[in-house]
Amino acid sequence: MTVKTEELHHLNRSLVWSGFKQLAPISLFVIAFGLAFGLAAKQTGLSDSTIVIMSALVFTGAAQFAVLELWGTQMPLLTMIFTVFAINSRHLLMGATLYPWLRNLPPSQRYGLMMLSSDANWAMAMQAFTAGRPGFGLLLGGGLALWTFWVFGSWLGIYFGSLLSNPKAIGLDVVLGCFLLAILLGGEKNLRMLVIWTIAGTSSLMAYWYLPENSHVIVGALAGGVAGLFLKGSKR
Amino acid sequence: MSIETAGFGAFIIVLVMTLVTLSTRWGGVFVMSFVPIGDRVKRFIHAMSGSVFVALLVPMAAAGDMGARLALVTTAVVMLLSRQPLLAISAGVAAAALVRQI
Repeated sequence: MTVKTEELHHLNRSLVWSGFKQLAPISLFVIAFGLAFGLAAKQTGLSDSTIVIMSALVFTGAAQFAVLELWGTQMPLLTMIFTVFAINSRHLLMGATLYPWLRNLPPSQRYGLMMLSSDANWAMAMQAFTAGRPGFGLLLGGGLALWTFWVFGSWLGIYFGSLLSNPKAIGLDVVLGCFLLAILLGGEKNLRMLVIWTIAGTSSLMAYWYLPENSHVIVGALAGGVAGLFLKGSKR
Repeated sequence: MSIETAGFGAFIIVLVMTLVTLSTRWGGVFVMSFVPIGDRVKRFIHAMSGSVFVALLVPMAAAGDMGARLALVTTAVVMLLSRQPLLAISAGVAAAALVRQI
């Protein structure tokens, strides 16, 4: 924790604009990923308005993709709630790690800022704070950039989606898998995590084969979580 | 408990997703304003947030075709070598597309 914590939470227009510009370079990726989501959602059978509203309100790529996997004529509500919660549970830690600086803001700003928290802008904001620079411009401006490009990409995907006859041929169905794997391998990697992942993966596969449909995500995530509870080691 | 995805049901699903996601975006900050989140809880959440990815991935690889499996292997290798998520994902998707053309 830095000495001048009180000053680092400042937020003004130029900081927000600078945050927007710093996150803009990854915008192409966010548009591409949004486009893939729009396409996949269209192919799954969601209406155009549902797709755009979902991207605008939910604003979380991995969970939105995962919900598509559950989407049929019926949606298993509890499984969906748990899946979205578990995939987004890292937001709980993002909020907790930003708390030393967020606490200096009035609650409306505190919770308003967190509505836009996402992996990339959180990481850059944390980097700034730990280096002793103001970070909420990155969180807000960067979040606005990510949100805009995400919604725009989703919208693009809807319109290009109707042109595409065979999305599998261009590898569209593997986007989620590759995305999840890239995030996973971009994070903490050590023996402890490997053990946790092995337990999670094995439990998930067992559930996938032998337990009711769609239970594997819950089983795997909880098994890994419990393993993490008992395996001490490097702390976060 | 299931819900129809047709018509109004879709909007209920989106609404529920929004509320669940907001609860995670706000929950960490909210809880911290009362009690600091302890090490045990952090360990559990941290392990669970990675494990859910694994839990989604492993059946995907097991049930997937050659294209899907090769895509995942390619992504893993490129990610570990380059540490560039964008590059790793693109390479994985390209690998799947390529294998399926053959």
